[in-house]
Amino acid sequence: MKIHEYQAKEILRQYNVPMPPNKFVTDVESAKSAGNEVGFPCVVKAQVHVGGRGKAGGIKLAQNLDELVEHTNKIFGMNIKGITVKKVLIEKAADIDKELYLGIVIDRARNLPVIMASPAGGIDIEEVAAKTPEKILIIPLKASIGLAPFIIKKIAYSLNIPKEGMKDFSLVAKGLYNAFIDKDCSLAEINPLVITKQNQILACDAKMNFDDNALSRHPEIEELRDESEEEPLETIARKKHVNYVKLDGEIGCIVNGAGLAMATMDLIKHFGGEPANFLDIGGGAKAEQVTEALKIVTSDKNVNTILFNIFGGIVRCDLVAEGILKALEILKLTIPIVIRLSGTNEDKAREMLKGTKLIPMLTMSDAAKKAVEISKSITQ
Amino acid sequence: MSIIVDKNTRLIIQGITGNEGQFHGEQMIKYGTKVVAGVVPGKGGETCLGVPVFNTVSEAKEKTNANASIIYVPAAFATDAVLEAIDAGIKVVVCITEGIPTLDMIKVYWETKANDVILIGPNCPGVISPGKCKVGIMPGHIHLEGRIGVVSRSGTLTYEIVYELTKSKLGQSTCIGIGGDPIIGTKFIDALKMFKNDPETDAVVMIGEIGGTDEEMAAEYIRTEFNKPVIGFVAGLTAPPGKRMGHAGAIISGGTGTAKEKIKALNSANIPVAERPDQIARLVKEMLAN
Repeated sequence: MKIHEYQAKEILRQYNVPMPPNKFVTDVESAKSAGNEVGFPCVVKAQVHVGGRGKAGGIKLAQNLDELVEHTNKIFGMNIKGITVKKVLIEKAADIDKELYLGIVIDRARNLPVIMASPAGGIDIEEVAAKTPEKILIIPLKASIGLAPFIIKKIAYSLNIPKEGMKDFSLVAKGLYNAFIDKDCSLAEINPLVITKQNQILACDAKMNFDDNALSRHPEIEELRDESEEEPLETIARKKHVNYVKLDGEIGCIVNGAGLAMATMDLIKHFGGEPANFLDIGGGAKAEQVTEALKIVTSDKNVNTILFNIFGGIVRCDLVAEGILKALEILKLTIPIVIRLSGTNEDKAREMLKGTKLIPMLTMSDAAKKAVEISKSITQ
Repeated sequence: MSIIVDKNTRLIIQGITGNEGQFHGEQMIKYGTKVVAGVVPGKGGETCLGVPVFNTVSEAKEKTNANASIIYVPAAFATDAVLEAIDAGIKVVVCITEGIPTLDMIKVYWETKANDVILIGPNCPGVISPGKCKVGIMPGHIHLEGRIGVVSRSGTLTYEIVYELTKSKLGQSTCIGIGGDPIIGTKFIDALKMFKNDPETDAVVMIGEIGGTDEEMAAEYIRTEFNKPVIGFVAGLTAPPGKRMGHAGAIISGGTGTAKEKIKALNSANIPVAERPDQIARLVKEMLAN
């Protein structure tokens, strides 16, 4: 799960991470008083989850109140990669000498969290990693040691932190690490971490992502979820416990199992079609899940064909077929549905589907091919 | 031979009285797995599926001489269940449970390494040596005893591919579903190392998906050290970046973990990668013929 910069900063502030004074606002009037409160010059920053908001014009420097009004007027309502800006952070501008990067992520290859530091801050760390990997220091953080003082010192020296800034840097590193562990983050980064001309160390941006598997023990994090940033159908699916990701194609996919669901999408593309979504109804393919899945997939107006791909291993295919027929009866759908059921009692299941509008196919490849054929005939 | 589980496996089911534990416990017994005990705190002394239930894993191990355990307990209790099995001296642990927090799993991972425990999963279908022993939730009947090793991050996609192999008379030595989480006990490389030492495995089918770099690391290992043919498949060519595709570990983040990169790495290690699941059996036959 992702949160906004202002929310990440609120968390980091609780962990004593130094940052410029800032205030989160949702309208121009409160932006004005926020500007007066934090002081000028200040930065007006659009709060959206997508990256590249600076390039899109969502971050502006205001020297005075007039400029602040001008910028906030422009930024509120601005569309950044499909998201309308409704939230803004007003932050005192730092007197920047250097911009650094400091972040913690889970390193899957090392099976540990790692702390990453770079003197090349202010740009995407992926870009630094691709072009100048030697500029990134990576240190694995063993649970038994954590972020020990010697590691903090090692990083500080590698970043040439000035003597006067050592104490603040230590606060930043400790705060970031403790927040990462306490809140079950998958990523926590400060980019840029600024050294000011007065040798202060300030977190001028913050990003935190959380482990979805740990949200149940962090209701305070779950509360920070901004549903207006999510694809509406994905929000509905999440609440119904259906794994769904919206894509841009025309063929709606309903599959049991995540790997099989991805392979089904790939197969549609392989045969020249475009999948409309990823959807995993779970290995068990239960009737309620099938009904919810059909509701979600048919809510996507781009969808003109549906492809069911069910590998009923231990699950009996006749029970799955029964569930699908029941769901169709309730939902009264007219959209063409290609279905492939494989596994226990598959013959019986096919027999049940005879005389219905469903188009049964024997193999996954044939089913995908058929779905593409039908979808294309509708589009043309 | 086979790897990880075989005729000598004596299995404990942690969570045997729950719905999942009972249903799959019965399926495993029907398949021929030697289930020797169940463990459910507070239910010690009872009997379930014809085997004794104990309060703790160490008691179950002591009384029944068990050497493997499978875990069907909810996510909130699953890491403790794995740690208990490790503490009791069980050396093969299969964790089916989905939804374990990553930081918890990291602690468990290092415990398994410190104690020489083979952990399969979490968030996985388990492991089966066809005709010998099934420790998991996979449908037994789609498998066929034979000489192809299968290792996969997925569940139903693995069944799909195994079924294709079986229909083509390509039996399997052992099939391992290593799990869809970011941190798992056994990675592709670990499985390949075991298959390398198994004289009854002739070739390996490796089924990967987006997220992480385990496929790339496996490709490098295969190129330099593996001595048997490997056939690959990678799911998720059409997956968008930044989105979790069902499995917690199936996410392209910061430009790494794409299917394209993985296929490229496998190809450069001379590993043929099937474009479709139904091409895998043919590729295996071709590789074995060469």
